[in-house]
Amino acid sequence: MLEKALTGTKKYYGWMAALLAVIGVGFACYLWQFQFGLGITGMSRDVSWGFYIAQFTFLVGVAASAVMVVLPYYLHNYKAFGRITILGEFLAVASVTMCILFIFVDLGQPTRVMNVLLHPTPNSILFWDMIVLNGYLFLNIIIGWKVLEAERNDVAPAGWLKPLIYLSIPWAVSIHTVTAYLYCGLPGRGFWLTAILAPRFLSSAFAAGPALLILLCMIVRKLTKFDPGKEQIQSLAKVVAYAITVNVFFFLCEVFVVFYSNIPEHMDHIKYLFVGLHGHGVLVPWMWASMILMVVSIILLVNPVTRKNETVLVVACITVFIGTWIDKGLGMISGGFVPNPLHHVNEYVPTLPEILIAIAIWAIGFLILTALFKIAVTIKEEVAGLA
Amino acid sequence: MKSSRRRFLKIAGISALGLGTKPVLDVMASSGEMAAPKTTKGENALVAQRWGMIIDTRKLQSEEDLEPMIEICDKIHNVPKFENKNHEVKWLWEEEFKHVFPMQEQDFLGYRLKHMSFLTLCNHCEKAPCVRVCPTKATFKREDGIVLMDFHRCIGCRFCMAACPYGSRSFNFRDPRPFIKETNPDFPTRTKGVVEKCNFCAERLAVGKIPACVEVSKGALTFGDLDDPESEVRKVLRNNYTIRRKPALGTGPSVFYIV
Repeated sequence: MLEKALTGTKKYYGWMAALLAVIGVGFACYLWQFQFGLGITGMSRDVSWGFYIAQFTFLVGVAASAVMVVLPYYLHNYKAFGRITILGEFLAVASVTMCILFIFVDLGQPTRVMNVLLHPTPNSILFWDMIVLNGYLFLNIIIGWKVLEAERNDVAPAGWLKPLIYLSIPWAVSIHTVTAYLYCGLPGRGFWLTAILAPRFLSSAFAAGPALLILLCMIVRKLTKFDPGKEQIQSLAKVVAYAITVNVFFFLCEVFVVFYSNIPEHMDHIKYLFVGLHGHGVLVPWMWASMILMVVSIILLVNPVTRKNETVLVVACITVFIGTWIDKGLGMISGGFVPNPLHHVNEYVPTLPEILIAIAIWAIGFLILTALFKIAVTIKEEVAGLA
Repeated sequence: MKSSRRRFLKIAGISALGLGTKPVLDVMASSGEMAAPKTTKGENALVAQRWGMIIDTRKLQSEEDLEPMIEICDKIHNVPKFENKNHEVKWLWEEEFKHVFPMQEQDFLGYRLKHMSFLTLCNHCEKAPCVRVCPTKATFKREDGIVLMDFHRCIGCRFCMAACPYGSRSFNFRDPRPFIKETNPDFPTRTKGVVEKCNFCAERLAVGKIPACVEVSKGALTFGDLDDPESEVRKVLRNNYTIRRKPALGTGPSVFYIV
């Protein structure tokens, strides 16, 4: 099936070449970082995780969201999603690959990465994160590939796939839960020290991921002869609508606990993000933009009139995606580090090479996504006799 | 044709399996003969159940009192000096009261405490969060309570820096060697991409010397075994009111302050 990714229109080749060019620029920056050290980034002694780890956190959510199409189809026999489960699974493959790359580029000594396997340490959450991320990657590759192959050959998927598919459902939840545990189990980091962090991560994941999937479905419909379907898109839109609502609700719960209890260690981070602290507030406009975008998207998505209008739906999905990306991909990580444990306010802003490396990893993700979607869609067209 | 191809694959598979298991079997076979790596303590080594330190801030009135300690620490441990604040490496440094004890700050703090500098260093916690989170055991706790770093195993993930509630850890954002004034050949320099921190002068304890900062402190710092009721530290702790940083977190710091 892989050969399907090698042939395509001029547009397809052009898009892939453009992605490769972006990857090339980022790779050159990475070589510089490899040679110089992480000092070329904006990270510091106080904000020791930055843009890379934030992107990783956001993308774990996108990856986990595949479960939102897999679960209704396989557990509740919601037939309509059978058409697009493969798209969800392949989106997960691309996202987890990006996650692993983002962790890798964040390492100070990348050549020693195998030490995590040579000296396995179960009391470190990072050890478990490695297991769940790699496991999820393999599950989705195997399941996606074998189910697509069966569809191509017009036979039922192999029986041994069923347990793997059922396993992939709790596994999806686990990847984002374990990722939240990286942060929320640390003493002295008031911003993350909350039991609602994992639920918050999952709710924003189930909003951002399906929103992206809706956008991808619309692109597929526009560019190919395969139509993911109106019902499918509308069902996904309902998932996004309630997930983003729950996400904002969880955030407000957090705000209540933090400000009513009035404990400075917990308040200071949210103050820093939304009003600035001791005259520092580089993220303030971003965080308010994120809140406004999320609230606007709730209005557009919960209201059936606007949700059913596909043009408005596109706007709403872009709004959700950007809103949740700012929340997690910008605020969530540096917000936890400012102020630092000694209550100094040292801000973090990513540098240009750091951003270029991050964009390159996104480009790798889109390269993988495009190739996998190309394969899936070509086969769907063939099966439907459209090719 | 077909059956011979199948046979070939079978044999190839079994051979590959055999080659793959050989190293494992070798290790198993030799495990009985292989002696565990031997480590011995030096003849003069200072030993304890749990090392601890007391900082008597009454005897450290001005920054001039702190400087010799910081200077000797930086010098013997090859701590680099960076101009870029983002790249800073700190083992032993000064902070104001409101930063060392952030949640104990109050409006009516005495003038002396409000304006003096406090020594800040790794607390060598009893239940160290940095040890708990390290994915490679590059940060580990020794039998005598000292939290140490293996600079050769550290992958530079910086999980320990996120976990430390005292901001005691530094990362080598670039090669530190060009920024060391005068290299001490008796202590390793570090490479870019690894984390480091105060080691309670483990290298000096091994040859019978107390930590360098304690040695030059003119009696302001006391160092000793917290588990030995007869030790000097325990005597000072008995006779003075001491506080520790962020006690509510349950980390159990081994560094005490008399304020």
